[in-house]
Amino acid sequence: MTEKFRKIDDYRWEVPIGYRAGMRVPGIIYVDERLLEEIKTDESVEQVANAATLPGIIKASLAMPDIHAGYGLPIGGVVATDINAGGIISPGGVGYDINCGVRLLRSNLKREEIQPRIKDFVRALYNEIPTGVGSKGKVRLSRGAEERQVLIKGARWAIEAGFGSSSDLDRTESRGCIEGADPDVISEKAYERGRPQQGTLGSGNHFLEIQYVADIYDEKTASAFGLFKDQVTVMIHSGSRGFGHQVCTDYLVTMEQAVRRYGINIPDRQLACAPYNTPEAQHYLAAMKAAANYAWANRQCLMFWTIEVFQRVLSISPRELGMKLVYDVAHNIVKIEEHVVDDKKIKLAVHRKGATRAFPPGHIELPPEYKEVGQPVLIPGDMGRSSFVLVGTQQAMEETFGSTCHGAGRLLSRHQAIKAAKGRAIHRELEDMGIIVMAAGRETLKEEMPEAYKDVANVVNVVHNAGISTRVARMKPMGVVKG
Amino acid sequence: MNTLRNSGSRDYNKSMADFEIIDVRADVGLIAYGKELKTAFENAAAGMFSIMIETETIIEKDCFNVEVGAENIEDLLVAWLNELIYLFETKGFVPAKCNIKELSETHLRAKVFGEGFSSEKHRPKTIVKAATYHDLEIKKDDSSYRIKVILDV
Repeated sequence: MTEKFRKIDDYRWEVPIGYRAGMRVPGIIYVDERLLEEIKTDESVEQVANAATLPGIIKASLAMPDIHAGYGLPIGGVVATDINAGGIISPGGVGYDINCGVRLLRSNLKREEIQPRIKDFVRALYNEIPTGVGSKGKVRLSRGAEERQVLIKGARWAIEAGFGSSSDLDRTESRGCIEGADPDVISEKAYERGRPQQGTLGSGNHFLEIQYVADIYDEKTASAFGLFKDQVTVMIHSGSRGFGHQVCTDYLVTMEQAVRRYGINIPDRQLACAPYNTPEAQHYLAAMKAAANYAWANRQCLMFWTIEVFQRVLSISPRELGMKLVYDVAHNIVKIEEHVVDDKKIKLAVHRKGATRAFPPGHIELPPEYKEVGQPVLIPGDMGRSSFVLVGTQQAMEETFGSTCHGAGRLLSRHQAIKAAKGRAIHRELEDMGIIVMAAGRETLKEEMPEAYKDVANVVNVVHNAGISTRVARMKPMGVVKG
Repeated sequence: MNTLRNSGSRDYNKSMADFEIIDVRADVGLIAYGKELKTAFENAAAGMFSIMIETETIIEKDCFNVEVGAENIEDLLVAWLNELIYLFETKGFVPAKCNIKELSETHLRAKVFGEGFSSEKHRPKTIVKAATYHDLEIKKDDSSYRIKVILDV
């Protein structure tokens, strides 16, 4: 397969037009030779090429180094379409878990202050945060006006309901709400699935993790983000739960019909789509925005309870704890953004599926305190190694529509992971490394064990060296709650 | 293709053929068999719930009627599994047995027997978000049907 690729440089490979029939643009995969070997073991390169056939796609079908096979678009894929030139909107370019994303909290605490009691923290968080299959949220949304408010206002709804302060919104992508969500284009099924699940973590790779800052690579930017060495941080990874899953399920059916109606040729049913200026695309966008807002409200609630747990376990005031949001980013989303392409400003539908927005210094969407340094980029790793904070760059704006990677990316299937974990006590192994874990799912710890993932440091190395986001800090896990 | 658990339907429905959980990098795949297509559909449901929870302890206490329609048989399979996910998430219902009463290319009617989900009794595993169209296959050889479906977890 390699002979069909063209190496651009050490961190960029091209999948040329002609790799498969119907490609309108090339594919560009941000990857080094080592990660390329792993990528070649699944269908992800084919999926990059498939996405390059989508109507209105601009510049290239992009993939980040954490790329792995998904449905339609690969996880780690970025596709931008020109909405004024027949560009499409595709639910498969967003994924089932709409606005699955990550937020990072910092604190005034240092690692040694909580290390002796880390078990208490993990147990308290596990008890306080609804987690895993069938879990129900502590906020039960009432049918009608209240649930519609969540969809329209996003994280602002959570703050008005008492879960946090308005300054949190400044440090949330899109201020925790995309305008234009329409509660009327959402099925009753999505409402029913969403109603009991607001304020729940989920399962699988979703987690809540207590970490400490192990390394600082960029002092100035770390300081702007409020990060310092040995500081205690908390990372929360969750999404729009059953609400978003149902929105995706519903609109894939709609888009199947749209593909036929508008005569679009797609190589994979999961890439079903509709041109931006059609009712199908507009309705999906309005529903997708509602799901994105649901997810931001969800992470805001989870953060609020996390802060409460820390205060209670330590019996200290909010001021002493100083736990504040560093930033919140979406990983699965499509957004209408303005980008410069061939010296012209154009409006694009940027699909990021398992990719993070990485806006540069000076960008209008950044809060004042980050304007000079750029947007924080949060990259969770696995529960045994590390996670990273990076910062967005001008180069990302020029090359990747302001996008970068989103995580480690799976290396082993769940089956392979369970097999590799046979006869081992993963929680004990992690405990020996000083990491306390609790999981709701019976096999979660095996499926999610560190070696099931690529080493996030290798992934981050690629985007850093390619210049589409640069390293700021590395955090190591101390305690993990898994779904 | 590796098989994670053979014969996962142990006490699930002894009369049914079987299902296998298959290896997919980021998610979970399922192959269900059946002498009749409706049996294969029923086994697909059994396989999906075996990924979500420990199904051995489910008893037939309650019953729900399920009815779905779609444009073709493949879409109908996806719609059927997605309807059961919806039933689980909104009613907390886990099926011990699915009886498909009617099955055409575009329409399915079933009675599902089971009980309310309990995290102590049924021991949760992984949330299945949806059944997907990715690599979806419904095949028939001389004697039986074989269904392949990939689930997003």
